[in-house]
Amino acid sequence: MTALLEVSGVSVSFDGFKAINNLSLNIAEGELHAIIGPNGAGKTTFMDIVTGKTKPDSGRVLWGYPSVSLLSLSESAIAQAGVGRKFQRPTVFEAQSVRDNLLMALNKKRSPLSVLFYRFTADDFAKIEAMAKEISLTGVLDRRAGELSHGQKQWLEIGMLLLQEPRLLLVDEPAAGMTLAERERTTDILKRAAKSRAVIVVEHDMEFVRRLECKVSVLHEGSVLAEGSLSKVTADPRVIEVYLGRS
Amino acid sequence: MPSIRSVGPVSIYRSTIIFVALVLTFAILVTLASHAIGFGILSTSFIKTLGKTLCLCLIAIAMDVVWGYCGILSLGHFAFFGLGGYMIGMWLMFARTKDIVLKSIANNALPATPQELRDAIGTQIFGVVGGARIPWIWHFADSLTAQLALAVLVPGLLALVFGWLAFRSRVTGVYLSILTQAMTLALSLYLFQNDSGLRGNNGLSGLQNIPGLDLVSQDVISLWFFWASALALIAGYLFFAWLLNGKFGKIVRAIRDDETRVRFLGYPVETYKLFVFVLTAVVAAIAGVLYYPQAGIINPAQVAPIASIYLAVWVAIGGRGRLYGAVIGAAFVSLVSSWFTGGQVPDVPLGFYTIHWVEWWQVVLGFGFVLVTLYAPNGLGGLVDVFVRKETSA
Ligand SMILES: Nc1ncnc2c1ncn2[C@@H]1O[C@H](COP(=O)(O)OP(=O)(O)O)[C@@H](O)[C@H]1O
Ligand SMILES: [Mg+2]
Repeated sequence: MTALLEVSGVSVSFDGFKAINNLSLNIAEGELHAIIGPNGAGKTTFMDIVTGKTKPDSGRVLWGYPSVSLLSLSESAIAQAGVGRKFQRPTVFEAQSVRDNLLMALNKKRSPLSVLFYRFTADDFAKIEAMAKEISLTGVLDRRAGELSHGQKQWLEIGMLLLQEPRLLLVDEPAAGMTLAERERTTDILKRAAKSRAVIVVEHDMEFVRRLECKVSVLHEGSVLAEGSLSKVTADPRVIEVYLGRS
Repeated sequence: MPSIRSVGPVSIYRSTIIFVALVLTFAILVTLASHAIGFGILSTSFIKTLGKTLCLCLIAIAMDVVWGYCGILSLGHFAFFGLGGYMIGMWLMFARTKDIVLKSIANNALPATPQELRDAIGTQIFGVVGGARIPWIWHFADSLTAQLALAVLVPGLLALVFGWLAFRSRVTGVYLSILTQAMTLALSLYLFQNDSGLRGNNGLSGLQNIPGLDLVSQDVISLWFFWASALALIAGYLFFAWLLNGKFGKIVRAIRDDETRVRFLGYPVETYKLFVFVLTAVVAAIAGVLYYPQAGIINPAQVAPIASIYLAVWVAIGGRGRLYGAVIGAAFVSLVSSWFTGGQVPDVPLGFYTIHWVEWWQVVLGFGFVLVTLYAPNGLGGLVDVFVRKETSA
């Protein structure tokens, strides 16, 4: 089976420091995949490379079939190609309402002229309502996004991503700063999202990853240290040494 | 249960209706008070000042769209305003000079050849900068249609090329503001040169005399331009309100608040910025086209970088992110400003020092700007927000 996303031999360094070192990783269509690793392992930088924010010094990033290289595309073109990204800090448009945030994310044409003459349809609003239910924000659609709690902002951002209808979703530490109940809800949302698309989740929290019940890659110093089920990688002595041993 | 909302700008829909009604009422009242049609309470020169102020309000809403809504602090929009003025000024000056020359040679025994006619016009217009040849940039100056088209095309193209280079290289924030100032400075330095083809620091003058309308008095013409300016302001306001009210407005505001995030939503941010930049530049140019026939003269000093900075000050004082704020800021500050600098305000003798308002007005304005920025970030428009809201909740 060919991969939806194929990252091979990618390296990038910042001022001589190798943040990503000959990293290779394949993601299949519809796969749910977790990436764990200590702080500074390069997890966020990996997402930066896939989404076009950072250009690697070497290596290939191929997407879809027939495959195209993501390296020559701009951030917005990559997003349009079907890669959605959730940032580590919740980033929503705080000055605008929750509904407007979701409306902007809807999977429609993105060029200025088509947006200028676009009129929202009843179908669009129905989609927003359905998504609001999914992410537990039904009661706050008309609030400014800035007034939401931290956890609600995280969900709003995930909701926006899902409305983009990406084929691959990159999620950076979605559970950070959430209460236990919020975490459980987030796991549910992600697992359901992964039924119709590929999802890569970066997470620190072992319990959270365990609940996702998916393939895990351990990142260390910019490359993959171990790969497999969570129980398999956590039994790997190298993993225990660099990561689990410290916590 | 009432939902909690912060007191933000009045909704675009409501504010637009109120705005259009107010401007129309104002225009009718001014007409009734004019010399030409009404009771003769307002002098013709004051009507020109009001008409010019409406043009300044139009460029101010363009500035608010590009800065207040899209987050691009352009300090160059007065350059587009001035270019629009120069383009229409070329026709006004050329066509009128041609009329004068034709009249003066009408009784000659031999009819003038086209070359003689051109030479005579050239001497009239360019004698002041020591030339007689008509520069190539005046090629279309005989045609009103062509110059009107150029008044939109030249500033529009400049904005397109400049914006494309700047946005494509992801220049943002204060660096972009500096670049726009550099562009404005370059333009005004070019215009100051005698061989710019636009009469150097003399600029273009006599623009209040509209070719073909010799028999219409300035009282009447001033009213026509006043109305044209009022209607242009209304049209501009309606257009921008429509633009900002829909999905486009949401994207533009999102770009202002977090352009990186907008990119990851898949929107080509640079294209949006370029679109808004060029569009507002064109509106600024249209404002200039209407302004200068009322001002009568355009010279490079008016395109100087400082003018564009003032524009930002008006919008800041009026309150960014609300079109009516920009209008209030531009009208209030420019009118008060011309009052202070016009020498009508009595000086204040302090014994040891006399405050001459002509000079000290700048200081007052500067302090006003700082105070508004620090203590009233919503500007004068913020007062309107509170007022309108009280009205509705009462
Ligand atoms: N833009 C950058 N400039 C310099 N160093 C960076 C940059 N981005 C990341 N790094 C460095 O690269 C390493 C990996 O960072 P990151 O990918 O954020 O780690 P993680 O998300 O796994 O905690 C860190 O040491 C970080 O300091
Ligand atoms: Mg990180």
